[in-house]
Amino acid sequence: MNPLQKLFPNIDDWGEIGRACIDTLLMLGGSLALTVLIGLPLGVLLYLTGKGQLRPMPKLYAVTSLLVNILRSVPFIILMIVLMPVTYALVGTKLGIRGAIPPLVIGAAPFFARLVETALREVQQGVIEASQAMGASLWQIVRHVLLPEARSGLLAGITVTAIALVGYTAMGGAIGSGGLGDLAYRYGYLSYKSDYMLVTVLLLIALVQALQMIGDRIVARYKRR
Amino acid sequence: MIRFVDVHKSYRVDGRDIPALQPFSLDVADGEVFGIIGLSGAGKSTLIRLINLLERPSGGRIFVGDTEMTALAEPALRAQRRRIGMIFQHFNLLSSQTVADNVAFPLRLAGERDAGALRARVDELLARVGLSAHADKYPSQLSGGQKQRVGIARALANRPTILLCDEATSALDPQTTASVLELLAEINRELKLTIVLITHEMDVVRRVCDRVAVLDAGAIVERGAVADVFLHPQHPTTKRFVNEALPEEAASELAPFARVPGRLLRLSFRGDATLTPALGRVTRETGVEFNLLAGRIDRIKDLPYGQLTLAMQGERVDAALAALREAGIEIEELHR
Repeated sequence: MNPLQKLFPNIDDWGEIGRACIDTLLMLGGSLALTVLIGLPLGVLLYLTGKGQLRPMPKLYAVTSLLVNILRSVPFIILMIVLMPVTYALVGTKLGIRGAIPPLVIGAAPFFARLVETALREVQQGVIEASQAMGASLWQIVRHVLLPEARSGLLAGITVTAIALVGYTAMGGAIGSGGLGDLAYRYGYLSYKSDYMLVTVLLLIALVQALQMIGDRIVARYKRR
Repeated sequence: MIRFVDVHKSYRVDGRDIPALQPFSLDVADGEVFGIIGLSGAGKSTLIRLINLLERPSGGRIFVGDTEMTALAEPALRAQRRRIGMIFQHFNLLSSQTVADNVAFPLRLAGERDAGALRARVDELLARVGLSAHADKYPSQLSGGQKQRVGIARALANRPTILLCDEATSALDPQTTASVLELLAEINRELKLTIVLITHEMDVVRRVCDRVAVLDAGAIVERGAVADVFLHPQHPTTKRFVNEALPEEAASELAPFARVPGRLLRLSFRGDATLTPALGRVTRETGVEFNLLAGRIDRIKDLPYGQLTLAMQGERVDAALAALREAGIEIEELHR
């Protein structure tokens, strides 16, 4: 008997745990990529249209801001259920990794967008003014000044979002999205196999730790101030 | 040439117009160093930002060369801005980019893609400001003076005809200030660049400027050649700035000399007059006596000048004064 089996005798299928891990990582990777892809431009839009910023548009800002707040205020588990028809329309299923990704992205992108907005506001006003004085266009300022100057803040935001997404993917288990959360819910909660619950929780802790460490390293590498 | 024609500026705060600059007109000639001095809040930051339209005037017209800046649409304005360099009090460098990339930045913005050409121009600029050895460092690894030199190299990258200096030395210590001013004067001489600088230090004006405008509460209260304004300030604000630059002069306000016999005079020498022994000659010839109370000999930019406060007595004081005026010395009678 190997030591893992000695420690958790009630777990009869380690392969299932392995598959659940891979599912969680796939959901995390896919949803994180899409979240950044959607949240970054949304955050830039919030920043630029904000009061006293480069392109102040109070109405557009108010609408975007309200939408972001609405999506952020709905608890993720409810959001998933509410979004089921949308999910089905988008990916043709409500289950599995594919079914999990739309609600994950819709839940996390507004959150990430706010982090982007905050990170961009940290960029020194003087640097922006200097680039305007050099004749930079709005796009050049975003591309060559705002994003590079806010880089460490943006990377920290991606780390925080990734960790939030780990929590979301685990919740997805409750409605059949697969992954570690699903495993913990089915075996640990519905079947009283607490060994499964324990191993899952330990794996989630390890995942979050790893994400935080990697994130911190990258942020430190790019910090120049 | 930079021309302001009936320009004024006010800010709208809570539905009310708060005036920042009273209507004014002003010309800055090609190749001169023009200083704008004022206390904080006097409107000098606003004024300098009107030139490249970082601030839009509420009324009036602004010309740079033949171009009416205030009439330009966005793309044309951006093209014009590339011809106007600007440096800042807090340097405003990109912290995420190396020194070389900071200097290359305006070139890239202007569409330069050729790596060889970029490298060559950046090397040339860094050599000019004496930072060749620091090309691959990040701004956070540099001292304040070095950062401002990077700022200057960056501002010169697109070969501008005008350089705007926004309190460029205010965050620097006196020694570094001197070396940065030296560099600005050198650039002005060698590149024939027009420089407009704003400052709250009269010493900065004295060292590098040809002409100066004094700004007080949004209005230009005095303007002229630096030597004139410096040696004969008219407005109280100007006097305060000049006295700050001349601490011993401030201390020599008339009260301590109340009981000194003779006529109290302030003699100003400039240029060649500083180099001739006129005072000695005239006192010998007229037999007047003088008592030296305060004085200073220095330079206003490249112009040597001297200013002496003295009490003069004797029978032929008027003749002596006439002879001194003849020798090109300006005389002010001080009344106690």
